[in-house]
Amino acid sequence: MTPRLIRLTVNGRAYTRSVEPRTTLVDFLRDDLDLTGTHVGCEHGVCGACTVLLDGQPVRSCLLFAIQLDGAVVTTVEGLADGERLHPIQEAFREHHGLQCGFCTPGLLLTAKAFLEEHPAPSDGEIREAIAGNLCRCTGYHFIVDAIRAAAGGVRR
Amino acid sequence: MKPAPFEYVDPRTVDEALDHLHRHGEEAKVLAGGQSLAPMLNFRLARPAVLVDINRVAGLDGVTETNGALRVGTLVRQRHLERAIDGRFPLLAAGLKLIGHTAIRVRGTVGGSIAHADPAAELPALLACCDGVILTRGRRGERSIAAAEFFVGPLMTALAPDELVVETRWPLPAPGTGWGLHEVARRHGDFALVGAAALVALSDGQVRSARVAVFGCGATPTRAAAAEATLEGRVPTVALIDDAARAAASKLDPHADLHASAEYRRRVARTLMTRALSDAISRASGSAR
Repeated sequence: MTPRLIRLTVNGRAYTRSVEPRTTLVDFLRDDLDLTGTHVGCEHGVCGACTVLLDGQPVRSCLLFAIQLDGAVVTTVEGLADGERLHPIQEAFREHHGLQCGFCTPGLLLTAKAFLEEHPAPSDGEIREAIAGNLCRCTGYHFIVDAIRAAAGGVRR
Repeated sequence: MKPAPFEYVDPRTVDEALDHLHRHGEEAKVLAGGQSLAPMLNFRLARPAVLVDINRVAGLDGVTETNGALRVGTLVRQRHLERAIDGRFPLLAAGLKLIGHTAIRVRGTVGGSIAHADPAAELPALLACCDGVILTRGRRGERSIAAAEFFVGPLMTALAPDELVVETRWPLPAPGTGWGLHEVARRHGDFALVGAAALVALSDGQVRSARVAVFGCGATPTRAAAAEATLEGRVPTVALIDDAARAAASKLDPHADLHASAEYRRRVARTLMTRALSDAISRASGSAR
């Protein structure tokens, strides 16, 4: 109902917007900031498609309200690449066919980014557990696991 | 946007939050981590007129240890507690890892899970298992409520609409206490169809104390008193553990839903109690470190 002005940083850029309380973060990103890379899937926290990083940690953007995020720092899939140069995790997904339709991909990339920062040399079991909250209906997950394993090598360098 | 319209307030102190709760009564809902509430809002299963967001309330996010208990502020994120436990409470650490997925635990709070009181959730059952206590505050003052009295039904607690859970207290198991935790879920991170937790202490080869809690099997997390009574003071053999689990399973009042029948839940509960107790006993006797 009563809108409120919020200021937050998304992918390094500062935004000030007026938001209605019931606007979820994912709708805010897509509709108010025109950052449509974050996908809306189940809208109840099950599919993981809308995963973004909030202050560096993965969260479901369908389960947060934009109005809560005054002062927050958010990273979406648009913040991964450096200009035309893909992030190493994106490059690994491309190289290993870790995506088909691409709907789950933004959430998986950000989930993988946060995971690899904490687990620089994960086992396949750890990778599978880490992405258990991100549903993919195309790949059967094998190539996603391959991609994340390869990205771990790349991130370690 | 999916939820029905609501007003939003984000108080900075507990007293301010309580004022809002008092003013709006049943029309208000407390927003902590939101990992259960937001889906209910998105489905419009919950349509509160006012959301009282307590995320900016100061002083509710501490983890301290006093008098042999972990005192966990209501806003402590599950993910944070996983790290803060630091080996002091392996049963609780194991249970936290079973809650949803990392992205859920990054936001989900300990107090929120307790106040939400999902009968299939891990934290309410673990708090019941360790004889934990819930601290609440209302305008009329503080209450400390034993977990056994706090959970009264599915998503129902002894909390009044104008009260707030401010802390949970988790008595640390005495050194040498063994633990066990098993649950059956369709997929990793799903709510458990059924789960069982156990804490067992031995002395001179006999069970000094046994505490068993079952979740996902009825309206609230349930202490398996029959199993505890069967074991205490006896030498724990495979046959005795089996007797204990069978006795407790016969006393359960499992619910049926589209995922499992009541009879299935009872059988699984019996098996999981057996496994949790066996693990707890072998850990207590030092044979499974």
